[in-house]
This record gives sequence, C-alpha cells and structure tokens, in this order.
Amino acid sequence: MKEKFNRLVSRAVPLPIENIDTDQIIPARFLKATTREGFGENLFCDWRYDSDHQPIKNFVLNEKKYSGKILIAGKNFGCGSSREHAAWAIYDYGFRVVVSSFFADIFKNNALNNGLLPIVVSDHFLKQLIEIISQNPETEMTIDLEKQTFTTGSLEEKFEINAYKKTCLMNGYDDIDYLLSLRKEIKEFDITHA
Amino acid sequence: MSKPKTLFDKIWDAHIVKRAEGYPDALFIDRHFIHEVTSPQAFEGLRKRGIPVFNTGRVTATADHNVPTKDQHLPIKEALSRHQVDTLRKNCKEFGVDLYDLGHPFQGIVHIIGPELGFTLPGMTIVCGDSHTSTHGAFGNIAFGIGTSEVEQVLATQCVLQYKPKTMKIEINGVLGKGVVSKDIILYIISKISASGATGFFVEYAGDTIRNLSMEARMTICNMSIEMGARGGLIAPDETTFSYIKGKKFAPQGTAFEKKVTEWKALHTDSGAEYDRILTFDAADITPMITYGTNPGMGMKITDRIPTVAELKEMSEQTSFKKSLEYMGLEAGSQLLNKSIDYVFIGSCTNARIEDLRLVASMVKGKKKASQVEVWVIPGSKQVELQAQQEGLDKIFEQAGFELRSPGCSACLGMNEDKVPPGKYCISTSNRNFEGRQGLKSRTFLVSPLSAAAAALTGKVTDVRTLLNVN
Repeated sequence: MKEKFNRLVSRAVPLPIENIDTDQIIPARFLKATTREGFGENLFCDWRYDSDHQPIKNFVLNEKKYSGKILIAGKNFGCGSSREHAAWAIYDYGFRVVVSSFFADIFKNNALNNGLLPIVVSDHFLKQLIEIISQNPETEMTIDLEKQTFTTGSLEEKFEINAYKKTCLMNGYDDIDYLLSLRKEIKEFDITHA
Repeated sequence: MSKPKTLFDKIWDAHIVKRAEGYPDALFIDRHFIHEVTSPQAFEGLRKRGIPVFNTGRVTATADHNVPTKDQHLPIKEALSRHQVDTLRKNCKEFGVDLYDLGHPFQGIVHIIGPELGFTLPGMTIVCGDSHTSTHGAFGNIAFGIGTSEVEQVLATQCVLQYKPKTMKIEINGVLGKGVVSKDIILYIISKISASGATGFFVEYAGDTIRNLSMEARMTICNMSIEMGARGGLIAPDETTFSYIKGKKFAPQGTAFEKKVTEWKALHTDSGAEYDRILTFDAADITPMITYGTNPGMGMKITDRIPTVAELKEMSEQTSFKKSLEYMGLEAGSQLLNKSIDYVFIGSCTNARIEDLRLVASMVKGKKKASQVEVWVIPGSKQVELQAQQEGLDKIFEQAGFELRSPGCSACLGMNEDKVPPGKYCISTSNRNFEGRQGLKSRTFLVSPLSAAAAALTGKVTDVRTLLNVN
C-alpha cells in the first residue's frame, strides 16, 4: 500500500531547464543500491554539489528561499534512461508533485507507480508559475487531485490525469494488485500463446 | 474486410489479455530481459508479497551495466558493484531464472545477447528495465523499456499495464552516400525532430533505405528511438530478418522455424492503414553526423557549425542551449571539424556488434591511432568478442594501439570502472551525450563507428569521407 494522494498545499521549487534527463536527476554511479530508499540525498547530485561535495550556492535545492513539495521544471522532464531511481530520488527528497509542460513517457509511468504526481500544464501557465515563484518564493500552490486543478492566487489550470491512475493515487493502489487479480486469464493466455 | 492495421497495432492487439473500460491494457509479455541494476528491488517486491516468478521460461538475465571490462575472471573490486551482481546471482538462483553471468560464453550487453541468441523474434512483445530495449524492434516486434515497478509486475504476472501509444511512420528512401551508415540515419532523424519529437509515439521505420540495411544496422536505428522520446521503434521483418534468425541457438529450428517464417511473413502494415503521424526523409540528404550538445537532439552534419542563439527555433530553448554549450566548452556558431579529442569509445548496445567492429577495423587496418588519444573498443558480448578474435580484428586493433576489453556497457553510462575524466572530450559510438553520462563532467560527441575510427586515427573530429577518398 502506497501513501494516498488527495490534496496538497505547498510552496514550490523552480527548475526552468528543458530536457532534464534522468542521468541528471540521479547519476548512474548511484544506481548500485539494491533497495528503493535513500536516493534523495543524491538527487541532482552533479548540479547540487561541486567536486569537493560542497553545495553549489545558486542551485535551487541549495537556495534557502525555496522549499516545498512541488518541483516545477522545463519541458521534456525525465527523458533518457528508464531508471525508476529518478522517481524514487525525487520522492525520497520530499517532492510529491512534478510540474512541467511535457514529460517523457517512461518517467511519467515510473512517477505514477510511486505516488509521485506528474502534472502537465500549458507552456504559458508554466512560464507564469516560474515568474510567480521567482518573485515570491513563499507563494503557496494548491493541487486538488479530485478536481484535477492546480491553483495559485487567482490563477488556476485544470490538468489531465487518466481515471485509472487517479484512482490508484487517491487510494494508494498499485498496478500489481490489478494484474494479480487476472492471474487465471493470464495463465490461459500463456499456454495458448506459445 | 476488417479495417487495415499497422504492424504495431497487429502485435499489440494480439497480446491483450484484458482490455477493460477505464483501465490500461493488460499486455502479455513474451520475453523479459533483466539485468543487475533495475531488477533487485523488483525481486525484493516478489519476496515481500510471497509470490514466485510467473513463468521463468520467459525471463533471461545477464550482468552488463555494472561490470568491469578488465579482469572479468576476478571478483569485482568495487564493493557496491560486486554486491549488486551477487544480488542478481542470488535472485536468479532463488527464483529459477536463467542467468548469463560474467564468464559465461553468452554473457554480454542485454540488447546484444537477446538477438544473437535467438530470443528476440518477430511478432513478440519484449520488455526490459532499460530504455534501449527498443533495439529488439528491428526484428518486427514491440519492445520497450520499463521501470522497476513494471519489472516486478512482469516477473509476477508476465503482463504489464500500458496505454496504447500513438503510431508514427518514419520513411527513408534513397541511397546512402559514401561513409554514411545507420548511426548517421538515426542521429539525423533525431536532430530533425528533437529529443522529444516522438514522445507518446511508437515508431515504424520503413522505406527502401531501411530495407537495404543489415539486421545489425537496423538494430542501431531502433536502439536510439528512445532518444527522440519514442517508447520504441520497429521494422517489419523480411528475408534479411529470417536469415539472421535461422540457426540462432534459442530460435525455432528446422520445420518449426519454417512454420514460424510463414507466420512472420504476415507481420507488415496493411495497405491503407493509418498512422497518427508520418515523416519522410531522403537518404541523399544524410551525411556523417555528430552531436555538439548535451542531448541527442543537438546534432548536426559533421561539417556544419553549431547554431547561434539567434538561430534557435524557440526562445525558451536559450537557457538550456547556453547551459549545454558551456558544459561542453564550445562556442555557438563554431565548427567542430578538427577539434582535438582525448578519448574514443567504441561500444554500447548501439554500436558494439560484429559489423560495427568490422567497420572500425576496415578503417584502421595497418594504421596507428593518434598518439594523444586513448581508444577503447568494447565488444557487445562474449560471442562478438570471440568472432572478432576469429576474424583477426583483435590484432588489427592491437596494432592500431586500441585497447580491446571484455563485454559490458562500459563507458556508455559512467556506472562501472570505465569513465571519461572530467573536462575530457570523447568521440563515442554510444547513444547519450547527457551531462556526466560517460563520467563526471565528461564531454561526449556521438558519432558512427566509422567516424569514431576516423577520429581515432587523426585525434580530431574528422569527416570520415576525406579519409575514404584518400584511400
């Protein structure tokens, strides 16, 4: 059973870079672990720390003014490697939502399978959000999964999410529960489909 | 008459175990490849649920990402890597999965051993916890990368829950110029449509240029489908496909094979079938290619100059573009030709098959590498390594001053011992030029095996055609 997701009110962290690949989110040298935990400390490691492992001051995760459970990033977020470790790292760090105008397919699935909500907004809305946070990092944003709305101040945009995935997130279900319920049908298929 | 279907739709529809209103399709998976990096948490999940692997006969394991390419007969030095490979061994033993472990004559990069062992066949559905699973699509099947939660799903149920992607046809016609190979075709396509140009789509490659390619060249193209965001790419099977498969160790043999070929011949897109998007390219426009930036979409003809900020299509790209060139230590508007390089990496699931090694050997036979460059050749599998030795390619590489190592993913992903040092430039036959991909602060230029061989000889970014004309 995963953590349930319903409504979230939080500040947000802006990372307006496009094509952020999963090698940046979690570099390959950290993929040697055999458990799902602990990847958060190496999230964006090579953008976050210098070669002496000292925090790089102007990277958003090191800027004290930014905090919150929402990461707002440029388009084509999560492209490249299929490593689920990227979704684990973002979640483990404390984010529960990633907002972008476009997500890579595998990352989106991985996020949804781990209770991390990827929200696709329009390019225009994304730009507005980045401006708002840059001007006032303390701005709160509200995500209502039931209503499928992203709201901040007087701005609001509806977002799309597949009904099945929405149910899973709101109830903390995962796909395997559904597939296990089909075991008999799958067994028959396996035999006839040599 | 039923509605004409694309090849993709035919294979997908034939694998649906259950399609229910409001749910993604439960898609049956014929072959599941696993490796040490993305499987341990999945096996742990099975253990916690107390369930076995659904059908061990459909799972094939190997160790590739995290293995050293030197002294593979010795225990892995680095503790975490050793633990991860040991965990794979333990899991495969406990759950009854066949493992082609280090030292086994069939070990190698997962996307290279699947086809060469005859596990990869037309009409199948294939998954692996690795985005380059798209490679297998070259045989006319649906092959795509999945995350670890999905690896667990497939181990537990032999199914994965997926929404059907949209379809795209990419057609290439015409004759390729001298010095232009399949890697240039795919780098060219990605440079035209960007690193996200095919996100949400499954691609079918077609046209006479594709038809005239060997299986190995087709695999290079399908391999990099993910680099433009596509879940996968496939090519309808034909005589080239069937003759490649014939006699492969785990492929159907004898009359069973002949029977399968008859079935496989039906695996093509019906005339009149509709795609969601169609793109057409002319082979004559393709030249040797190179990437200059930090995603595979940032590519150009090797003779071109890097765009200027003013030439970018969208203003929003500026920040990322500048960041990218700064990382690469390159100037907007400059040429890459004749730029000195430090390393040459010939390997990876994109370009480490025997034909790739032959291409490189054909360029460098009787010649020496430039003294300042270090050249690594990493065969994709033990079988490729053996074949290279039997053909005497190892001697050619040795005489050229190249280092021929043992199979693995090597410097493609900066995970194992093989890394490009900070700030150094590497001409690479791999698939990704992301920041730090080949090692912390490493700088990657993606090229074809031919162009990599040319650069190894000159020590500079080189238009391979100038060397071919000299010969």
